[in-house]
Amino acid sequence: MFRVENLSKSFGNKEVLKKINLEIFRGEVFALMGPSGVGKTTLLRILNFLETPTDGKMMFNGRECAIRQKNTVMHKMSMLFQRPALFNSSVFNNVAYGLIIRGVDKKTIGKKVIEALNLVGLAGYEKQRALTLSGGEAQRMVFARAIVYSPDLLLLDEPTSNLDPANVAKIEEIIKKIRSEHGTTIVIATHNIPQVRRIADRVGILLNGELIEVNSKEKIFTNPGDARSAAFIKGEMIY
Amino acid sequence: MDISSGDSLLQGIIKGFELIFSLNPYILSITGVSIEVSGTATILATLTAIPLAFALSFTHFRGKQALITLINTGMGLPPVFVGLVVFLMVVPAGPLGLLNIVFTRKAMILAQYILITPIITGISLAAIKAVPLSIIETVYTLGGSEKDAVVATLKEARFGIITAVLAGLGRALAEVGAILIVGGNIARTGSIGGIGEGLSETRTLTTAITSETSKGDISTSIALGIILISLVLSVNILANFIQRRD
Ligand SMILES: Nc1ncnc2c1ncn2[C@@H]1O[C@H](COP(=O)(O)OP(=O)(O)O)[C@@H](O)[C@H]1O
Ligand SMILES: [Mg+2]
Repeated sequence: MFRVENLSKSFGNKEVLKKINLEIFRGEVFALMGPSGVGKTTLLRILNFLETPTDGKMMFNGRECAIRQKNTVMHKMSMLFQRPALFNSSVFNNVAYGLIIRGVDKKTIGKKVIEALNLVGLAGYEKQRALTLSGGEAQRMVFARAIVYSPDLLLLDEPTSNLDPANVAKIEEIIKKIRSEHGTTIVIATHNIPQVRRIADRVGILLNGELIEVNSKEKIFTNPGDARSAAFIKGEMIY
Repeated sequence: MDISSGDSLLQGIIKGFELIFSLNPYILSITGVSIEVSGTATILATLTAIPLAFALSFTHFRGKQALITLINTGMGLPPVFVGLVVFLMVVPAGPLGLLNIVFTRKAMILAQYILITPIITGISLAAIKAVPLSIIETVYTLGGSEKDAVVATLKEARFGIITAVLAGLGRALAEVGAILIVGGNIARTGSIGGIGEGLSETRTLTTAITSETSKGDISTSIALGIILISLVLSVNILANFIQRRD
């Protein structure tokens, strides 16, 4: 559903992504792995049009996306940042946001917000001010906010890196549910190897701006095609 | 009244309260002019300042940095200086002489508008700047347009912007130098209830306090002072309350 070809990105003289070629298939959970600072966030931000690539092509559903189509494409995707940004308003208003700007009618909004909050285990939190949520609750609320308008593609940037084990388990449950109930395609950036084992279908390993290997989870964990991937997976890589 | 003895100062205060509670028309008309002039100036300044603050935050244009410098300077302009400049503009020989507004409430509104627009703009600008970029990016990532991002920023900065407007209003209500010069502290001739003069034309709480005090009418000054401080205090309490909700 999403393909990037020869995608490069530099910040000034610093080349962060080097000729990335990657295809994401509909309905899969794709894990983008790699140590800190290799460009995972940058790649997700490019996929989400928050950053423009220095070079390369991006195709969404087989069509090249130019910047002028960005709004139509962005309507069908959503990204969760490493640190969730909350609107200073109620949980309901936060979750409803994507529906409100799409001009959905009030009744449907009410129904969908409740559904989304149920899915993330925050039923009954509608009236609470978002800024008073705990870290785990806030992260689950932004999941609800991202899926409420049923995006085709969900980009997750280390969604569990700042959470305690109980909330990590809840978030992973949510990811599995979104995938099975909505068929949403998910790209998740993470350096959490056990997590990738638990939730991913395919894995890409990013190292120093290069995508050194893309393979099925089984292949990557049993028979990696690159010595550096093997080292990373065994946890031998210093980062 | 002889204000050298404590006794008569107490009498002055009692008389002052009496004037307020008897709804003395002279005092009421002065209060009305203050609220009208400062309120109108604040509304007009807000209508200029908020779009200006947004333009300065979201667009790039030539001379933007110079405009920001001008606003920062404007935030600290001495009121008497603004009064003098507006006066020179609106006198018959001045560039705005044809408007024929010297010594009218319109001229006072103009002076206060010039005085507080930079204040409201500057504080609003700071409030908008304080909205994290991640909020704007969240709007985009949820499928929002640039317009949605601007609206969301306005909502996030709402408490700061309201504080800015109240700061402008407080400053306008308490200001004396500019409106004294361009308004002239005029009341109609005649006297009401034995104090002061006729109903206020361009006389405000602050300018009346200066003239009543120099005339020696301390109880009228005290009444005006109590009203002024209550108004300014209410504005500040409101501002504080809103900030605490943030
Ligand atoms: N806006 C930016 N300007 C300059 N350098 C940046 C910017 N964003 C990211 N980088 C750099 O790009 C590199 C990759 O960052 P990032 O994509 O955040 O890595 P990761 O998410 O894998 O930890 C880092 O060296 C980072 O400092
Ligand atoms: Mg990152």
